[in-house]
Amino acid sequence: MVVDAGLAPAHIELRAVSKHFGGVRALDSVSLSVRAGSVHAVVGENGAGKSTLGKIVGGVIAPDEGEVALNGAVVRWRGPHEALNHGVATIAQELAIVPELTAAQNVFLGAEPRRGVLLRRRELLRRYTSLCGRVGFGVPADTLAGELRVADQQKLEILRALARDAQFFVFDEPTAALGRDDIEKLHQVISRLRSQGRTVLLISHFLREVLEVANDVTVLRDGRLVRCGPAATETEGSLVQAMLGRSFEQPFPPKRRPPAGSPALLEIHDLWAAGVKGASLKVHAGEIVGLAGLVGAGRTELAQALVGARPAQRGRVVLAGKPFERRTPRRMLAAGLAMVPESRKEQGLFLGRPVGENAALSVLKELSRLGYVKRRTERRTVHEALQHVGVRSADMVEAGTLSGGNQQKLLFARVLLTKPLVLVADEPTRGVDVGARRAIYDLLAGFAADGRGVLIISSDAEEVLGISHRILVMRAGQVVAELDGETATEEDLVSASLLERRAS
Amino acid sequence: MKAVGLGEPVLGLEPSPPARPATRGLAARALDLVDLRRGGILLPFVALFVVLSATSAAFFTTTNLLNVLDQQASTLIPAAAATLVLVSGGIDLSVGAVYALAGVTAAHFALVTSPGLAIVVGILVGVVVGAVNGVVTAVFRVNSLIATLASSYVVGGIAGLATGGNIITDFNRPSFADFARSSFLGVRASTWVTLLAVLVLGFLLHRTTVGRYMYAAGGNAEAARLAGVRVHDVQILAFVLSGTAAALGGVIDTSRVLSAESSSGTTLAFTVLAGVVVGGTSILGGRGAVWRSVVGVLFIALIGNGFDLLGLNPLYEQIVLGAFLVLAVGLDAWTRLRRS
Repeated sequence: MVVDAGLAPAHIELRAVSKHFGGVRALDSVSLSVRAGSVHAVVGENGAGKSTLGKIVGGVIAPDEGEVALNGAVVRWRGPHEALNHGVATIAQELAIVPELTAAQNVFLGAEPRRGVLLRRRELLRRYTSLCGRVGFGVPADTLAGELRVADQQKLEILRALARDAQFFVFDEPTAALGRDDIEKLHQVISRLRSQGRTVLLISHFLREVLEVANDVTVLRDGRLVRCGPAATETEGSLVQAMLGRSFEQPFPPKRRPPAGSPALLEIHDLWAAGVKGASLKVHAGEIVGLAGLVGAGRTELAQALVGARPAQRGRVVLAGKPFERRTPRRMLAAGLAMVPESRKEQGLFLGRPVGENAALSVLKELSRLGYVKRRTERRTVHEALQHVGVRSADMVEAGTLSGGNQQKLLFARVLLTKPLVLVADEPTRGVDVGARRAIYDLLAGFAADGRGVLIISSDAEEVLGISHRILVMRAGQVVAELDGETATEEDLVSASLLERRAS
Repeated sequence: MKAVGLGEPVLGLEPSPPARPATRGLAARALDLVDLRRGGILLPFVALFVVLSATSAAFFTTTNLLNVLDQQASTLIPAAAATLVLVSGGIDLSVGAVYALAGVTAAHFALVTSPGLAIVVGILVGVVVGAVNGVVTAVFRVNSLIATLASSYVVGGIAGLATGGNIITDFNRPSFADFARSSFLGVRASTWVTLLAVLVLGFLLHRTTVGRYMYAAGGNAEAARLAGVRVHDVQILAFVLSGTAAALGGVIDTSRVLSAESSSGTTLAFTVLAGVVVGGTSILGGRGAVWRSVVGVLFIALIGNGFDLLGLNPLYEQIVLGAFLVLAVGLDAWTRLRRS
């Protein structure tokens, strides 16, 4: 489906661009040419300089050295608005949507059609409808933006850029917050932008999506350009190798099946909560159970109701043979059921506090005497825990300065310090680079191999298949299918997620 | 590496201390002092101190400095406690009203019972109001700004009702004045009490589990809850301490002047907040320190002291103070921006 942009002229060119942050060299003399009318992907590990590159192209930050050329002319923008005036729009990871305004109002925010001080509401609607028609978006004009799904909010940003006649789109990790089906739709949008002659710079973690949609791929490592070439000549393996600077054959650790007849460590019977409608499942000792399903199937809700983070109306939860009626995160942690939450920034970390404090929080009682924190003991414990999860960072730096992968590992350090029997990991590798991903899989596998249990929620089919001994598929708040982790295929997973309950 | 023994000392490898990231050169540490965010208020404070010492002969004298400390007792103690409230994600606007009610309560009980009992009852007023504030905020989820604003009206009203709007005087109970006025090693008792309160609150926030939980609760309440922190309890405790501290301030001032009225303390909440914020504690929660609030309050006190000693027009004092407040909050916002 990739349309070849052939020998089209460069739309945007970076010439020996460098950027430092403090003492850190984020980009080191990177030269790059993005052909007009192409989709150009930028991949690399976290910290490789992808986002920095995107921000320089989008005018969000200025390079320290080197220059940016638009259609051959050197430009130096003082902010994203200047870039937008030149037709370069950035669709960032964090969407800039006003939730209290309608879809149409958001799209024309700051450029409303008006007569004097009066808004021309009908004209606004007309323009919105015609704009939507041109790109084939179907977002209702009068819905409040805050009530839209993330994917639709993203469309509003794209529409907003189109309304200002943007010709060049920088997408910075656009699919990080999207579910699988929305990712597909976004790809269609990107392809449509290209078919209309627009240029797209796509910054992404997801190699498969990059290969599906991009004409060219640029690989960055440690702020340097590794290589840049047509996507058709790359494979996921070749990209990973280029990103890491070494070959990386096996993305998942080998599966060690739990011995037959392992006892059930965790049992859920007929659990009801908001979004969960009578779910039942078991996790056995030594087992990694994958919880798959579409976004909105109730997986996160199930995990939260399980650990007591959201109220459950009904249902039995039995941990190591003991039933737990009134659950709170605190009580369940003490009982040996820990969760790594879905959003590490919102539900996990204290970004402004030191790494050590973040790690020690859940076991602070054990590191103190009569409320006095024994800081030597704390430091030693934290140090070991960080080493165990593979975070090489001083315990005094703020957690917010760590990369996404290290932040996730830090959360694992905190949770593992509580010595849980069963670990619930909700999207544990979201926004995490390839190297850290493998480290997290190793942690989970090692944890299970110790005779404990793991329940992993993931929207990444490959991940669920690669790590789980057993896969449970949720739909509409219930567990509707069980698949064998060894034999199941991606097709099995998708059809179980989508189709009605099968006779099993 | 096996997933065992996390958190337990590794047997056999015992006493070798872990790599200490804190071993840094003197130069780096000296730089920290200059670092705006860490040093923050210290530099302006020292600068003001030096300027005042140079320009006013009366400033750098034991009498003047001890006087300033003595006068600030009823601001410093609530400010130290307010730091805990802000760090744990709340705000307490009721300190002025609590100060007044505790003051008139103590003044009243000093007339009818022993001074010791009067002090205890006065402080208990703060404990109770603080507990109510905490429960309304943490359990019933009323925004603490509104909750404590409301309770400040109620508490202030009760104080007015109880006194009928009159001043209660304890001039015939001179022994009650000992609480604030007796001196030890040449320093007033009120200053010793302040020192003790500040040290206790500082220790609580910076060296104990509860203090850590306060930072966690204010920094990210949801994450704290999921990590097993009793967020509500921690926030309630902060409000109880704040109420107690405000009451202690009221009792000290009553003891100092041997009289109390319900209309005193009307601006205390703002003076306290100004000191805390100028010190560099964030009103958004999760960030701050007790020592900062102490320096912040004293910084404001020095501005006032300087105006007095240098004979400047006191009408400008508030303008200067307001300007510093905006600077302090702006600096906080700016450092947050720079970090993200």
